Amino acid sequence: MSTAPILAVENLTVDFLSGDGRFRATDGVSFHVHEGETLVILGESGSGKSVSASAIMGLIDTPPGEIVSGRIRYRGEDIVDMPAERRRDLNGRRIAIIFQDPLAHLNPVYTVGWQLAEVFSVHGIAGGEEARRRSIDILRRVGIPDPETRMDWYPHQFSGGQRQRIMIGMAIALGPEILIADEPTTALDVSVQAQILELLKKLQREEGLAIVMITHDLEVAANMADRIVVMNSGKIVEEGPAREVFTAPKHAYTQRLMSALPDHDEHKERADEAEGAPVLEVRNLTKIYQLSPGMFGKKKALQALDNVSFVLRPGETLGIVGESGSGKSTVARLLLRLAEATAGTALYRGRNIFEMDRRELLAFRRRVQMVFQDPYSSMNPRMNVFSIISEPWCIHGDILEKPRWEERVAELLELVGLRPEHARRFPHQFSGGQRQRIAIARALACDPEVLVCDEAVSALDVSIQMQIISLLADLRDRLGLAYIFITHDLPIVRNFADRILVMKSGRVVEEGMTEALFRNPREDYTRMLIQAAPKPKWDQAQAMAS
Amino acid sequence: MFGYVFKRSLQSLVAVAGLLVLVFFLSRLTGDPAYLYLPLDSTEAQRQAFNELHGFDDPLYIQFGRYLADLLHFDFGTALSRNRPAMEVALEAFPETLKLAAIAMTLSLVLAIVVGALAATKPGGIFDRLATTISLAGASAPDFWVAIVAILFFSVSLGLLPTSGTGTPLHWIMPIGVLMLRPFGLLTQVVRGSMMGVLTSPYIKTAQAKGVRRTKIVFVHALRNALLPVITVAGDLAASLINGAVVVETIFGWPGIGKLMIDAIVRRDFALVQATVLITAIAIFFLNIVIDLVYAALDPRIRHQTA
Repeated sequence: MSTAPILAVENLTVDFLSGDGRFRATDGVSFHVHEGETLVILGESGSGKSVSASAIMGLIDTPPGEIVSGRIRYRGEDIVDMPAERRRDLNGRRIAIIFQDPLAHLNPVYTVGWQLAEVFSVHGIAGGEEARRRSIDILRRVGIPDPETRMDWYPHQFSGGQRQRIMIGMAIALGPEILIADEPTTALDVSVQAQILELLKKLQREEGLAIVMITHDLEVAANMADRIVVMNSGKIVEEGPAREVFTAPKHAYTQRLMSALPDHDEHKERADEAEGAPVLEVRNLTKIYQLSPGMFGKKKALQALDNVSFVLRPGETLGIVGESGSGKSTVARLLLRLAEATAGTALYRGRNIFEMDRRELLAFRRRVQMVFQDPYSSMNPRMNVFSIISEPWCIHGDILEKPRWEERVAELLELVGLRPEHARRFPHQFSGGQRQRIAIARALACDPEVLVCDEAVSALDVSIQMQIISLLADLRDRLGLAYIFITHDLPIVRNFADRILVMKSGRVVEEGMTEALFRNPREDYTRMLIQAAPKPKWDQAQAMAS
Repeated sequence: MFGYVFKRSLQSLVAVAGLLVLVFFLSRLTGDPAYLYLPLDSTEAQRQAFNELHGFDDPLYIQFGRYLADLLHFDFGTALSRNRPAMEVALEAFPETLKLAAIAMTLSLVLAIVVGALAATKPGGIFDRLATTISLAGASAPDFWVAIVAILFFSVSLGLLPTSGTGTPLHWIMPIGVLMLRPFGLLTQVVRGSMMGVLTSPYIKTAQAKGVRRTKIVFVHALRNALLPVITVAGDLAASLINGAVVVETIFGWPGIGKLMIDAIVRRDFALVQATVLITAIAIFFLNIVIDLVYAALDPRIRHQTA
């Protein structure tokens, strides 16, 4: 491609001003994209990748933001200093964007039809009936069924994947030349993610769109990118054709990032220790939620779990995998009696959990601990780390006498890879990965034998995910813990779980030893979960060529 | 959605019933009306006769039973202080309060929305600082003091406006002005705060990315979302105005329900107290239904909640 790039960012430096002073979000960032090309900006949270996107769209609020220096050229013309009115007209017509969280990015109080039609009316292209007709066409194009009716629906009435389709529709409505996709599939299930990525590629083929895709997800990046720019702490550390960056990364940061990719070929079989009487034995667990009926409506029921059975042996790691709505989190909630089961039994060392009295339940909860998805909202922001970790000892008075608390908290912090002096800090002073370490330390404070991890790494960056999982694996070996590891991400548990339970719509659809399940999945659904992880683009090209 | 309004209405009806019981018994704790209505030198026998005549000598539960039975016949008793049916007196005063409240509330709401929204578009700007100062002052200034100072200035010194009473359009200016202070001040603050929050929402970024003009973003995309908390506060304020702007009505001699209620309490006119409370309670009951409907009209998520 020897022609001039359609969009070029040159030496972009953006600062944010806050009470504590000046924070440099991007520092001398330069990249460009050609017509019909996909450029992926890869980086972890806080790397400044989204700020670059906002700057291109003119969405940086000044103050607190400030574009210190740099040019953004659209077809050679600088759009940073362009008169506001002309700049506004580029948005939507020439350059469009889709965002990470489509529910938050759609206005909740207007119909999607209204929001779509507005794209036409704002730029004076069509109004009234004509805008409506064109909007219906757009919805059909992005794969919304029955678009005539759905036009009058509100965002909350759609599923996550459909909302992202609507966002994409809004972005491509006027046939823009550049589409910026800011983490477009991060909030979606893997199978939906694959559909959305396919849709983007189809639109790119049809319209010759230039796509600037921003993501932290290595697999998504590999699947989409022609070229890749890797960002770290506001700077570009590496740039090149996708295949080169992935297969022969030059910069140390990129190499570290790439090593976080789950290794598909190698699996360390653990010595078979899963012997002895089961710690947990779950039989025919069923949960039906009664939905509150409308005034004249019939009672509705939602079957969240349907006859789920499994056993967990001491020191064993059981992965429960499924997409949202599969009932995997309900299993955890029922086991810890955070919700009542409708039917079935769950035996902990032979005693039915659902029939335990208060005293027994207290003892049980000590031995079976939970680690949640969002370490931030599951910790009291006004308690320091010492109080958070030592709280179980206040509740269960017999674990540890008070004079030894200090020493034990320090021990636990070191066990999870933090330092003893962190005890005096508060949750907001830690990064996401560190907070999850604190949550694990808190869980370990009770001396549990089972840890239930509900999407415990889903909110973290990929490289941090791997660190937390290896911490859990290390603790398993040192303390003989058993895990129930609940996740939507099947590949991530390949090197960690001994056995896997695949769930769909409240049922267990497949169960097996990890490696056997990966090598030889019985169900289409399992195969989809394994393969949903997007394939690199260069492999697709080879596959197509052969 | 109608189920939702229906449920809310039932809850409010229970509250209205509870209020009636409470007012009935509390008003009778204030003392013996015979001492107020008979001359100071009346004898015990005369007071006895007065109480027998009006049924105040019966045990409270019998009086209460009689009150409920009368209510079912739409008989609200006789206002002792005026010797007329209590409800008739209350219904004469109520429209005066309602007019005052409706005008003051509408003006404050419209003004607060415009001022609050504009202030929020540039937080810390000159307009914002001005609006914040004025609205804070309005929300916190004691209305009786402002009312008296206003009378002193506009009526006594300048001779522009009548001091009190009703009749000409000029009579409306000061009561409405003073009545508006608090709702305008509070609502401006709420609109500003809510708007500032909404303007940082992700969907505002989407609108910007679509190329929508700033004014349309503020007054179409953001405003409808920002109004939700405003409606709640406006409802509370409107209820307090309907309840009778006691201070303002008293100072400006406005023949509204607030003034009537105070008069009735002071004169131990039980039937009139009950009638005025019942009327305002019913009005607030309907006001709440209206607010629920407005809420549902603004936010589709509420409409679909129990559908």
